[in-house]
Amino acid sequence: MTASILPLRVRGVSFAVNGESLLRDLDFELPAGGVTIVLGPNGAGKSLTLRLCHGLLQPTAGSIDWGGAGAANAARRQAMVFQRPVMLRRSALANVAFALGAHGVPRPERAARARAALERVELGRVAHRSARALSGGEQQRLALARAWALEPEVLFLDEPTASLDPAAAHAVEEVIRAIDAAGTRIIMTTHDLGQARRLAADVIFLHGGRLLEHAAASEFFDNPRTDEARAFLEGRLFW
Amino acid sequence: MDSAGEAFAAAWRLLISFDGELLSVVGLSLRVSMSAVALASVVALPLGALLALYRFPGRRLVVVLLDALMGLPPVVVGLVVYLVFSRSGPMGGLGWLFTPRVMILAQALLVCPIIAALTRQAIEQEWEVLGEQLRSLGLSPVRAVPTLLWEGRYALLTTLLAGFGRAIAEVGAVLIVGGNIAHVTRVMTTTIALETSKGDLALALGLGIVLILIAVAVNALAHAVRHAEERIARVAPPRTNRA
Repeated sequence: MTASILPLRVRGVSFAVNGESLLRDLDFELPAGGVTIVLGPNGAGKSLTLRLCHGLLQPTAGSIDWGGAGAANAARRQAMVFQRPVMLRRSALANVAFALGAHGVPRPERAARARAALERVELGRVAHRSARALSGGEQQRLALARAWALEPEVLFLDEPTASLDPAAAHAVEEVIRAIDAAGTRIIMTTHDLGQARRLAADVIFLHGGRLLEHAAASEFFDNPRTDEARAFLEGRLFW
Repeated sequence: MDSAGEAFAAAWRLLISFDGELLSVVGLSLRVSMSAVALASVVALPLGALLALYRFPGRRLVVVLLDALMGLPPVVVGLVVYLVFSRSGPMGGLGWLFTPRVMILAQALLVCPIIAALTRQAIEQEWEVLGEQLRSLGLSPVRAVPTLLWEGRYALLTTLLAGFGRAIAEVGAVLIVGGNIAHVTRVMTTTIALETSKGDLALALGLGIVLILIAVAVNALAHAVRHAEERIARVAPPRTNRA
């Protein structure tokens, strides 16, 4: 068993672009275990928060670090799936194999691992189809399979079902459950409150670039402490 | 009027009889321009890709210069290469002047900025779409270059065809450094210029027709490539900017 990179510690993180402050004074810590759902209206800074935690963006102030014994390899132990799946112009199988290659998996092992990853999301039958020719839902499951194949300890999901129809969204949610059940720590944003209730162990609520609440899911959904969160849950808060 | 009609008929006879001189001129043209594009791409593809991905002070200036060099006048390239390879020039000892070798070099210099500039644009677009995902997988922009070149292969093929179109159609550079020597350095464009001034319109017209056919074929190929790409892209969900 490799040493854990968790907890994730976010301390006083701010992010600004051209002087415009988009996130201010974010403070939270995520220990191992469970699904964290980041909620908030459009423009709250949810996607930014994920990108900062994953290291795709650098905070303008504050620090983000991994507190576990395995923190030295933190970058290697994370993966991210974006709202619009980003596919290379090659087959579904080759897309997964490419990610494995990028992570240093030796060539002879790649095909079998990629194949197994596709089977887990029930995409084995389209393994040799061009990834960009797959449907939106299939592409998103492929993106999840590609991330899962890397066996990350932490997986960031940025609104993984936002652009999908209900059936495809359901299939993607099933995959997310399976990844969670297999022990990967999931941190995701969503606009779907039903999905948030089904998946969340804890909730981070952002509004206007600030963290207003970080609470256990049951507590947040039953007894939100802030007016903004209450309004958001009742569908009265749009921005 | 009548002489033009006769010339056209004579040109047609040359074409359908696969006239030996015409074929050798066409063959050399293709060989020189294809080699030039191949040589230029070895430099221009990685250069364009690095310019698309690597941030350094003065990058914008380099990009503007490179875009401007796309319109490099062939005669100026010819003149510079001539000076370098002429007997008293720094590379004069090689004895390359008036050989196909130096013609290839001149055309490569001419199309190198075109290929590099178009490659930069294509790779910037690829990075816009793929950048976050590749970085998430742990690839730095520079390490991602081979992947991006492969992902941009349709756009890059069009780029190479654009370079080839420019090379095969130019006359100034090959005329100066090649010297238009019969059976040695005569290509289509230089032959057309010479034969027209000599009054042998049949060969000039015949070559003109071949040149236009090649231009049409190259453009048709570029279109076919674009079309194939769009057909694949249409099935995929639209790409939009994420918040």
